[in-house]
Amino acid sequence: MTTLTGRVIKARRRLGDRVFSGLSLTAGAIILIALVLVAAFLIEQSIPGFAVTDKKTLATTLAANGIWAYALPLAFGTVWAAALALLMAFPISVGIALFISHFAPRALAQVLGYIIDLLAAIPSVVFGLWGIFVLAPAVLPIYNWLAQNLGAIPLFTGPVSATGRTILTAAIVLAVMIVPLMTAMCREVFLQTPRLHEEAALALGATRWEMIRIAVFPFGRSGMVSAAMLGLGRALGETMAVALVLSPASVISFALLTSNNPSTIAANIALNFANSTGLSVNQLIATGLILFVITLVVNSAARFIVNRRKAFSGAN
Amino acid sequence: MTSPTTARARNPIANTLTAGKLPRGTGWYVLAGSWIAMGIVVDILQGAPALVKLNVVAAIFFGTILYGAIIFMLSSLVEGGRKAKDRLVTALVTTAFIIALLPLISLLYTVAVRGAVRFFDTTFFTESMRNIVGPGGGELQAIVGTLEITAFAAVISIPIGLMTSIYLVEYGRGHLARAITFFVDVMTGIPSIVAGLFAFALFDLVFGTAVHNGAVGAVALAVLMIPIVVRSSEEILKIVPNELREASYALGVPKWLTIVRIVLPTSIAGITTGIMLSIARVIGETAPLLLTAGFSASMNYNLFSQQMQTLPVFVYTQYSQQEGSFTLAYNNRAWAAALTLVVIVVVLNLVGRIIARAFAPKLSR
Repeated sequence: MTTLTGRVIKARRRLGDRVFSGLSLTAGAIILIALVLVAAFLIEQSIPGFAVTDKKTLATTLAANGIWAYALPLAFGTVWAAALALLMAFPISVGIALFISHFAPRALAQVLGYIIDLLAAIPSVVFGLWGIFVLAPAVLPIYNWLAQNLGAIPLFTGPVSATGRTILTAAIVLAVMIVPLMTAMCREVFLQTPRLHEEAALALGATRWEMIRIAVFPFGRSGMVSAAMLGLGRALGETMAVALVLSPASVISFALLTSNNPSTIAANIALNFANSTGLSVNQLIATGLILFVITLVVNSAARFIVNRRKAFSGAN
Repeated sequence: MTSPTTARARNPIANTLTAGKLPRGTGWYVLAGSWIAMGIVVDILQGAPALVKLNVVAAIFFGTILYGAIIFMLSSLVEGGRKAKDRLVTALVTTAFIIALLPLISLLYTVAVRGAVRFFDTTFFTESMRNIVGPGGGELQAIVGTLEITAFAAVISIPIGLMTSIYLVEYGRGHLARAITFFVDVMTGIPSIVAGLFAFALFDLVFGTAVHNGAVGAVALAVLMIPIVVRSSEEILKIVPNELREASYALGVPKWLTIVRIVLPTSIAGITTGIMLSIARVIGETAPLLLTAGFSASMNYNLFSQQMQTLPVFVYTQYSQQEGSFTLAYNNRAWAAALTLVVIVVVLNLVGRIIARAFAPKLSR
């Protein structure tokens, strides 16, 4: 038997191979380029929005007091509404994910998963209509009760908005919209808990809840954190539900039940874009850039946490 | 006629194995009991001014909470603290699921009932809103717009998305592949309104003036659609067994032909499902289309000139641009269009899942 020489046998590069791999590489590169372009065009178009500080020119535009005075209440409203939504949606999502992965009967689990996914497919504008016509009237009595009995807490000070269309209502709609996303991701992580860990816990006499606490949660912690951040990212960028439900004002206010609500960046763009010209458009795009940066940071952080644990391949 | 002897024989002595446990089915009885109790309470409170119009939903919601409290107390009395906590968590987790179902049911019910007013009216699907103030009119121009814009977005996204996923699974190694994976993930998180702004800014820069037409909207939707297509196709291509590829190489088939003739046909069902779900996702996008394609009451078949109405934007404008005293007519049109949209989305989802189920390759694993 002759020993193998160091020469590596190379496959002949066929034309078809070169064309095909070139095409697929191009497609991948287009995506990177597109993302760079998104950032570049937003920056290019928003420069006038940031740069013009001349009081006389500004007086005729949306941001009469300068772009930062204009954007700050919007940025606050965006973060505030998204944070409220996350606060409501996260425990529920973890609960549903646990219900599907560890509590529901096996035969039902997949169907229940589909039902939750269906919630994700409903268009946001339909959620907006529902928020106005169904949710707002339904929660109004509860708001009245809260304002009457817990009005001393600054969050619940009155007077209650007569329509029920407040930042809290918008946040509830947002919460409903981000629940499916976070549920899908938590479920994925919970299902990947090593069987042996679970069975070891049960064998030691743990109840089901104790098994979840000592085996499932420690394993799924980073997945849950990144699910929360992805949900936050989605809530930050959600437009139509907020644009429809809220009757906005330009304020920074933590009050949940009054008719004086901060708007969000996305909703503000949707409401004002069609009627804007010239510098106002640049100012709106500038606020859009701020939103882009906020969501980019949140999403990148979430992905970074997921990627550290390579096990969660299906995390989206 | 019941005989007293069988009743006595059934329980001669207490079973020590089941001592300290609640009898089977207690949970269900307590749950039903709390729902009924809360139903009665809500019914009584209906008269109170502060809590008008609470209904079945409220009864189920508060009943489930009451159930959690009762079962926790019962269980901690009979079964001890640890088991009680377990039962409480079970109740809470189930409650979470019910809470998530309530908005879904409420929404589907509302859309169905309110949308039905105009949905079964043929003029609604055969006429546009041109020269309509008040009742009448239809959503034909919006349906045409949605179909054209979504189709154009799909034509842009599917080749790019599919080829990228092929690159990631079959060719991609090293830094570039990792960068693409990361940025595709980041791209899934781009707010839809930012995608709209991007498309607007792109065309504004190219043409030197603000452009509003269907093609701009399609570009915005493509930005949102590409990452979804990439992710779903990538997942599917990854589960094609390597044995198939190796068998093909062993027969001397070039790599590109292996991909075209072996890998893609094996995974075509999954890829189709992914594409349908991504279409279902973007077909309901409102904000980017509002900025780019604009809105119009008239028919417009041309993607490249004039503003174009789409279904989600139709819903929005019917609600937000109402004329005077015709509120009901506008709202009815908004709901009927919403119903159309929900039907499209649900059908796309269902058909997608059925395709995935029916045509999935039989894997040996």
